[in-house]
Amino acid sequence: MEKWSLMTVTVLLALTVRWAVSLGSYSGAGKPPMYGDYEAQRHWQEITYNLPIRQWYFNTSDNNLLYWGLDYPPLTAYHSFVCAYIAKLINPDWVALHTSRGYESQPHKLFMRTTVFVADLLVYIPAVILYCFSLKETSAKKKVSSALCILLYPGLILIDHGHFQYPLSLGLALWAVLCLCHDWDLLGSVAFCLALNYKQMELYHSLPFFCYLLGKCFKKGLKGKGLVLLAKLAGTVLLSFAACWLPFGTDVEQIMQVLRRLFPIDRGLFEDKVANIWCSLSVLIKIKNVISPRTQLKLSFAVTFLSLLPACIKLTVQPSLRGFKFALVSCALSFFLFSFQVHEKSILLVSVPVCLVINEIPFMATWFLLVSTFSLLPLLLKDGLLLPYAVTTPAFLAACLASFSILDKTSAEDLQLKAFSLSLKGYTSWFKAFPRIVRSLFLLSLSLMGILSVLSAAAPPPQRLPDLFPVAVAVLSCLHFLLFLLYFNVVILWDSKNKGQKKIS
Amino acid sequence: MAAGGRGWFRALALGVSFLKCLLIPAYYSTDFEVHRNWLAITHNLPLSQWYYEATSEWTLDYPPFFAWFEYALSHIAKYFDPQMLVVENLNYASRATVFFQRLSVICTDTLFIYAVHECCRCINGKRAAKDILEKPTFILAVLLLWNFGLLIVDHIHFQYNGFLFGLMLLSVARLCQKRYLEGALLFAVLLHFKHIYMYVAPAYGVYLLRSYCFTANNADGSLKWRSFSFLHVTLLGLIVCLVSALSLGPFLVLGQLPQVIARLFPFKRGLCHAYWAPNFWALYNAMDKALTILGLKCNFLDGNKIPKASMTGGLVQEFQHTVLPSVTPLATLICTFIAILPSVFCLWFKPQGPRGFLQCLVLCALSSFMFGWHVHEKAILLAILPLSLLSIQRAKDAGIYLILATTGHFSLFPLLFTPPELPIKILLMLLFTVYSFSSLKSLFRREKPLLNWLETIYLIQLVPLEIFCEIIFPLTPWKQHFPFVPLLLTSVYCALGVTYAWLKLYISVLTERVSVRQKAE
Repeated sequence: MEKWSLMTVTVLLALTVRWAVSLGSYSGAGKPPMYGDYEAQRHWQEITYNLPIRQWYFNTSDNNLLYWGLDYPPLTAYHSFVCAYIAKLINPDWVALHTSRGYESQPHKLFMRTTVFVADLLVYIPAVILYCFSLKETSAKKKVSSALCILLYPGLILIDHGHFQYPLSLGLALWAVLCLCHDWDLLGSVAFCLALNYKQMELYHSLPFFCYLLGKCFKKGLKGKGLVLLAKLAGTVLLSFAACWLPFGTDVEQIMQVLRRLFPIDRGLFEDKVANIWCSLSVLIKIKNVISPRTQLKLSFAVTFLSLLPACIKLTVQPSLRGFKFALVSCALSFFLFSFQVHEKSILLVSVPVCLVINEIPFMATWFLLVSTFSLLPLLLKDGLLLPYAVTTPAFLAACLASFSILDKTSAEDLQLKAFSLSLKGYTSWFKAFPRIVRSLFLLSLSLMGILSVLSAAAPPPQRLPDLFPVAVAVLSCLHFLLFLLYFNVVILWDSKNKGQKKIS
Repeated sequence: MAAGGRGWFRALALGVSFLKCLLIPAYYSTDFEVHRNWLAITHNLPLSQWYYEATSEWTLDYPPFFAWFEYALSHIAKYFDPQMLVVENLNYASRATVFFQRLSVICTDTLFIYAVHECCRCINGKRAAKDILEKPTFILAVLLLWNFGLLIVDHIHFQYNGFLFGLMLLSVARLCQKRYLEGALLFAVLLHFKHIYMYVAPAYGVYLLRSYCFTANNADGSLKWRSFSFLHVTLLGLIVCLVSALSLGPFLVLGQLPQVIARLFPFKRGLCHAYWAPNFWALYNAMDKALTILGLKCNFLDGNKIPKASMTGGLVQEFQHTVLPSVTPLATLICTFIAILPSVFCLWFKPQGPRGFLQCLVLCALSSFMFGWHVHEKAILLAILPLSLLSIQRAKDAGIYLILATTGHFSLFPLLFTPPELPIKILLMLLFTVYSFSSLKSLFRREKPLLNWLETIYLIQLVPLEIFCEIIFPLTPWKQHFPFVPLLLTSVYCALGVTYAWLKLYISVLTERVSVRQKAE
């Protein structure tokens, strides 16, 4: 079969799965008074359509910020405005000021689902397809199967088309990576600025972008071409930011208010049961009670910074595309694990870069993507998305097994750990059993996740510990993520030695 | 895709099963209530009441084995939600009920998966392709397992066609493997599950008689009358009688056979279903309408004498023809019989082994579909699924398959009319169509193009038709006055394609020469 018809079939399959998931429930369906993210998005449409732009981020009599006030950057607001405009054409009740609060109906759900579907179709999916076609040193079939696995990644499908969220910021970030892969640095930085201005969480990815481009400038020589590139990049970034913030730029108070809305530092170290280090540690010590909020902020900042440092330095010194992709993963993971005010859904910021390396380390990538989906389980259960979760996750595993036969790729070389294992020369005796050990660990982790999923879905928690299962899910995922962070850092730091070895041999 | 051996089959089967599970919350038609009602009837009432009970309008009108099947299911259903088993709970659809009913369809589909597996085994992979994606067996597995029609009819619209087609394909596979008695048994059982499979019974009867009851052929391929085996005939007869006795016997004893028969064959229902299946009668009706309008325009007809229904609704149950003669059940029966006859003769006089049998099977199904009384649009699957088996063997059949599958599947679109299911049906249809076109094209890439330009244009026209029917027409003022126009257009346009495919297949079968050499192999 032709490469293109295979890709078409893949995309159609991915779209079918997306729409089938969207038939299910969404966040906060029929749960007054606050509802959920679905209502938040609808409310933003209402606000942006009816209020003048200067009031969007301010608490006024028409805009109660305590009820899903806008707390995303301007691009989200503009996007809401566009959606609201279409909504108004179809049914004005959907975005009527005040009276539309908590509006729910089948046609409205259909409309909202369609907006997500269109956003996905126009931004995220084309980026994935082009990225897979641009992969080097891979057969046409491998490219298609990479696309299949990336597009079927359940975490993103469930959050976007089930829970309700737009895949625009991730899609734009993907476009940025794609542009950098083709050496279109300026276009890439524009795309990334747009992503950042769609959702501030994209900051998780900002350091690798910064370090990679900076390293590239250094490599070209800071006195010649490098400086020109640096200046061009800085200009592009400033211009794109200015364009996004133009309507707010008239007034310093406006900008400050938006920034205050974007970074609510008084919300606490973590919310709900998120699978990061702080939430997991608080099973043992109640950090929130022991340390003052100020110190919490500083502590989380310091730890995040330290964990980021090695990968970033390495990337600046030796900028390479491969290193860049891995750095995206490890930096986002550091942020997720250690930073302040992390949300469960932020794991997607790690997952998408992991998808980008799925053809290089299929086994580890699949493992990580499964764990990340599993870490979303408490959220999905709350939204009534158990069925799609229980269906798409094994389907994804089956797709990965079929397209990469991951279980046969667990040797040190397949995991990109050859260089690392060579540096441990004295201790190589256990490396013979390495593939088997890794495989059994994988199966163990799979069965643990499976058992916990079944328990969370079916068994009532003990009365004294009502949060037992969500906490267990968070702690188990957190342990996985720590090991993954270690793994990705090892891969990054031992990267160039690997190349040196190849050249010598 | 790298998985060797039979790994890919498992992946395909698993994948489609997962997709089916995702469709659990989708829209379901009144057939859902039909089956819930049957669960309740068989669970609560004694056997003697099954075919008399009429609390719900959806009375039991499938043969006894299907009733027993519902009876068996009901014993699992009570653990999900006992309320669904109350006969008076009309239109009861709790979450547990939906989940159970959907799951029962998905689970019984394992029989279908097994049957497809067996069919793939009896297709000899002469074209040993290096690439797994280009293996005929792989393509066949996708065409059957991921069949668009089966997916939307069973897993959205709601019916139990999966395991029934499983029985049919399994019996076909057994006949191909020369395990005739098993094949006959399976088909006999199938007939007592759902009597619509009578459409293809002539093919079975003649093939078994020709290949099993006569054990040898003359050198030129003609029948050797002396090789008739009484033992084989007796065995076959025994099987058929035993199965029928098991199924209908209890009702015979109770003296309810006439009632059962009356329920199974409701001839009062009218020539065409509410939505015209794309067959000969759809063309006939459309012609009648066109002539009526023409007649009114030219004043050949008196507007006051025309029955009202035929001009306003157009899609009432009893369609009254104004210009052309009205059609009686007997007429359709005769038409069907005449249409089937040549294919059966062909099977008898030009035996081609399993391939000839399959051709005859498809022709029987299609002919019955073309001329039958009160045909449902879903019955087209009866022709499409067996034709998949032929399509991967010869380029000519592949071309016919593409036309028939595309138009036949397209004609199923009106089954799903709710807005949330619109993207699903379009995406799934595209998925299946793109796959079937590209895979068959690559399979026969050395031969001439599968479709000529006229056929291609005809198929491409389906796209604007769909856009007109689903998007443009609802926005026009005609929607109020002529709500039936999209259905009429779909039905008539698809009827052209189905008729064309039927004729083309008939011609190709009738003009085919028997190769004695092939027989000898």
